[in-house]
Amino acid sequence: MTLWSWLSTHDHKRIALLYAISITAFFFIGGAAATLMRIELATPAGDVVSAETYNKLFTMHGVIMVWFFLIPSIPATLGNFLVPLMIGARDLAFPRLNLTSWYLYVAGGLFTLAALLLGGVDTGWTFYTPFSTLYSNTHVIAVVTGVFIAGFSSILTGLNFIVTIHKLRAPGLTWFRLPLFIWAHYATSVILVLATPVLAMTLTLLGIERLFHVGIFDPALGGDPLLFQHLFWFYSHPAVYIMILPAMGIVSEIIACFSRNPVFGYRSMAYAIIAIAGIGFLVWGHHMFVSGQAVYAGMIFSLLSFVVAIPSAIKVFNWTATLYKGTISFEAPMLYALGFVGLFMFGGLSGLFLAALALDVHLTDTYFVVAHFHYIMVGGSVSAYLGGIHFWWPKITGRMYPPKWAQFAAVLLFLGFNFTFFPQYLLGVEGMPRRYHEYAPEFQTLHVLSSAGAVILAIGYLLPLVYLTWSLTRGRKASANPWGATGLEWTVPSPPPVENFGETPIVTQEPYAYPPHAVSGGARRAAST
Amino acid sequence: MKLPFLPEVASTLGERVDALFAAVALVTGAVALAVVALLVIFALKYRRGSRADRRRAPEAVRLRIERRLEVAWIGIPMLLFSAAFAWAAALYFDHAAPPDGALEIAVVAKQWMWKLQHATGQREIDELHVPVGIPVKLVMTSQDAIHSFYIPAFRLKQDVLPGRYTVLWFTATHAGEYHLFCAEYCGTDHSRMIGRVVALDPAQFQRWLAANNAEPTMAARGEALFGALGCGGCHGPGSAVRAPPLEGLYGRPVALADGRTVTADERYLRDAILLPAKEVVAGYAPVMPSFSGQIPEGDLLDLIAYLKRVT
Repeated sequence: MTLWSWLSTHDHKRIALLYAISITAFFFIGGAAATLMRIELATPAGDVVSAETYNKLFTMHGVIMVWFFLIPSIPATLGNFLVPLMIGARDLAFPRLNLTSWYLYVAGGLFTLAALLLGGVDTGWTFYTPFSTLYSNTHVIAVVTGVFIAGFSSILTGLNFIVTIHKLRAPGLTWFRLPLFIWAHYATSVILVLATPVLAMTLTLLGIERLFHVGIFDPALGGDPLLFQHLFWFYSHPAVYIMILPAMGIVSEIIACFSRNPVFGYRSMAYAIIAIAGIGFLVWGHHMFVSGQAVYAGMIFSLLSFVVAIPSAIKVFNWTATLYKGTISFEAPMLYALGFVGLFMFGGLSGLFLAALALDVHLTDTYFVVAHFHYIMVGGSVSAYLGGIHFWWPKITGRMYPPKWAQFAAVLLFLGFNFTFFPQYLLGVEGMPRRYHEYAPEFQTLHVLSSAGAVILAIGYLLPLVYLTWSLTRGRKASANPWGATGLEWTVPSPPPVENFGETPIVTQEPYAYPPHAVSGGARRAAST
Repeated sequence: MKLPFLPEVASTLGERVDALFAAVALVTGAVALAVVALLVIFALKYRRGSRADRRRAPEAVRLRIERRLEVAWIGIPMLLFSAAFAWAAALYFDHAAPPDGALEIAVVAKQWMWKLQHATGQREIDELHVPVGIPVKLVMTSQDAIHSFYIPAFRLKQDVLPGRYTVLWFTATHAGEYHLFCAEYCGTDHSRMIGRVVALDPAQFQRWLAANNAEPTMAARGEALFGALGCGGCHGPGSAVRAPPLEGLYGRPVALADGRTVTADERYLRDAILLPAKEVVAGYAPVMPSFSGQIPEGDLLDLIAYLKRVT
């Protein structure tokens, strides 16, 4: 158990834990930046930090939370730990590559962090040109380099998952017996592999223009500033689905387990995941309705944005229907999952306002957008991540955490989250632009509410850090399957041995075969023909 | 009518946007309520230990019901989404092109101020006076980064880009003062790149114009620039160099040497001055020198204002 044995490990479970520790550190750094912003925004005047500092804070918050927390969060930790266990494999297909991914992530992360702390960057996480290439005199190149490096970590993880899920499934584990968690990670991996290279190219072009004054985005040199936005969102919109699809996978596992029901409409849930991943590549222009993009392009992107909302709607309805006639218990993971369904739905419905052209013209670039994506990214992805951590904690660590504290934290986070971000919807509707260091006095009441909510949210995030750490040494020992869940990961001891399975399991059951509603494979097939 | 939480509305478009907003809010609100209600009802009714009826219909019946439910909750959202898309897109499309005869005002954005100039010459900074009831068309460009011209009370926003013109138009409906914000992040003092739009009754607006007409009109300034830059040397009457005539050019179709035809709008005139090799007029030699980097954005708008008047 030396430090070196961890830093040189090829075991997917240990690599998952390396990731878990690193992304937690980045989460709290990104959170600290957000805390300072919320303190600044308690009053209309810019009186706590300077405008330069404020701009660097929201850039740092965005860069760290997007690339060093949300993108790797679920896939690189829970996905890394669980994909082999759920499909009956001993490890990922390429264990050394898996470790390489982590090192790339850490290298990119430390590089970015150093750049952010030794001077920072003020472009916003979106690096819009020509501001980033011509007018910002902050450390743009360094930060972009860090993100560029971390991108390769994403690509390699995606590649590893794709090969693993294709090639290493246990005998009998057909595609339609896979847990939805695996479907979600498969779709996410495809996006990681296809979209991330576009980010790498875009950031490279940005670097070339900034360093060598080659006209790519700068109109004075014959470039086109909107080209950058097209390229950036071609990656960054699918990136939203990198962040939310794995969360949907987790929530399906948890809701099925704690309602003791198979997931309602399993096949359409799987198809919906694939549909979201596919159509998600075709909606990037909805970030650009007021950018000067052609009117007809705007109309097509608007239509496609409504189309991509349909599979998301199916998922919300199917999770709700999964509860019907179940036997529901409210352990902490389930509280997070139910919270996810509500907050994700709310974020998704607010997305319809932004997909609707004439409404977006008023709402885009205001706090409405900030609230919308925080409902999806924080209310959705972070809730699901914490739900997943609480669900598989006994499996990962072999220990139970204090259940009452965990339930309390889940409820506190739900309340704190809404308290923080719901007022931001109203701010946006009233016309408060985002990325404002100072603001008009009539917006103050809602800003104060939001800042007050952020205090509750911060406490909510610190609580699990405390009791989960406590449980590592003091928690009750966990059995192999403390929740009575289905799935191969629950058939091995907690924590699982290095080789995962003594002998390769053979799968004969449909997924989510929860008693007493157990459904045999033969019966389902017979009935559906 | 002002809706709760929406800011006061003061443009013709704004009222139509608010009606759509209310409709989308009502429908999404109803869906959200229904789903939350179901979640809560199911969670309570089927909680562990409750004595709710959990008997299931036979497998075949259940699968049939499942399929019907799924078709319903694919089909119904699809209908609602189509309606929302069509309504919003129609409104957007309808408002895309400014009406003929709109009052034109030039906008040059720079870090971190708005410079505005009326056709009649009045200049303003971070403040825009417009008449109520008359369509106003802003022709906008940026001297540096991307900015965005946002008037919440008009429900309108348009990015302002370097190197090209974007257009925003509106008809104010109520006299008053309204926020003007920069909505696209543009650097250090982005949050101070703000101002106000003052909508005045037409008679009052005329009085405001008269009280502030110290400057020559944009076209007059453009005419002076036309002379100072030596444009007349080739484009003027009786010139030895054969250059395309500029009389009555604005708004007309122009046949290009590469066979395309373009309309002589603001974009064409701007590119013809700055990047003359890009679109050479059919039948003329590409001899015009580029003025790229030599004419400030404001002057360029004056020149174009002059070219629009040349008949």
